[in-house]
Amino acid sequence: MSFVTGTRAEPHISIAGPRDYFDLLKPRVMSLVIYTAIGGVLIVPGPINPVLAIAALLAIAAGAGASGALNMWYDADIDAIMRRTRKRPIPSGRITRQEALAFGLTLAALAVFTLGIVANWLAASLLAFTIFFYVIIYSMWLKRATPQNIVIGGAAGAFPPMVAYAAITGTISLSSLALFALIFIWTPPHFWALALVKSEEYAKAGIPMLPTVAGPDRTRRDILLYTLLLVPAGTLPYLMGFASAFYGLLSAALGLCFLVLAVRVYRNRTGDIANKIAMDLFKFSILYLFLLFAALILEKSLVHLNVLV
Amino acid sequence: MSLPPDKNGQDKTGIVLTPEQKKSRDHRNLAIALAVGFFVLLFYVVTIAKLGPGVLTHPAE
Repeated sequence: MSFVTGTRAEPHISIAGPRDYFDLLKPRVMSLVIYTAIGGVLIVPGPINPVLAIAALLAIAAGAGASGALNMWYDADIDAIMRRTRKRPIPSGRITRQEALAFGLTLAALAVFTLGIVANWLAASLLAFTIFFYVIIYSMWLKRATPQNIVIGGAAGAFPPMVAYAAITGTISLSSLALFALIFIWTPPHFWALALVKSEEYAKAGIPMLPTVAGPDRTRRDILLYTLLLVPAGTLPYLMGFASAFYGLLSAALGLCFLVLAVRVYRNRTGDIANKIAMDLFKFSILYLFLLFAALILEKSLVHLNVLV
Repeated sequence: MSLPPDKNGQDKTGIVLTPEQKKSRDHRNLAIALAVGFFVLLFYVVTIAKLGPGVLTHPAE
């Protein structure tokens, strides 16, 4: 950006509106982060101050938004190539990379500071680490370097319930680690199901997703292996005693459906039907996580409202 | 984009915003104002929540 007088170069004057900055936050990812973080808040056994809990959730949401903006700053080149991401604010020319960087860094600092003030500095440190992990470890390093990118990078998406739990209690517990494990193990089959269908797009952008590097057969096998881990991981809240038998039954049933779909993806390898089944698994994986957390949030809300004992 | 000559008759160059640029700047400014206002309100409410109902009781009473 240059405002030096005497030059004939036109300075850059932004025409971005608040909506463009909102899009930089990756609102859909942010809503998933808030949703899972609510689960992290509600599994806390003792009483919860609702004002502090909402303030902590807002700070966590802002931290997730900052991560999204910084990810878009770094990935602007590949976002411009893929059809799914071409209309994002930077590749479409509405926001410059520098503006996104400044916005992301400012928001990240504000989010961490706010969480430290309203909750505690353990939660704030965990949030800072989550942003660091997503931006530096995942976006800047792993995403373009290894087909295991989303396996390790999945940790960034799995941290929010732990951050939320730490914000309320000031500690990390086995129950919050169980929610971390659930999201962490859920991430690879979720993304690889999409990558099976969109492998050409990822290849065009030069992202080494598993189907493009190791091939679709290996991806199908790994989806099945992770699903075998996910089924028991989904039932952990019940097995560890912080969710009801209803949750236990629901997680087992949904896990079984997940497994059936993963086996179908493993067996159907060619033609349009293979793509359709992979997309079915991708969509079901979203429903799976949504329903598990919905059950957890609902029953824990009733416990906190003294409806259930 | 040039401005009228100054009092010495010298040509000045400057930036004149188009209506679209001005409108988006106004919208951004409004969004920043609302965000700052929200931030102030959030810290006020959190402070009251942390202090609890005792905040209204004077120690000398």
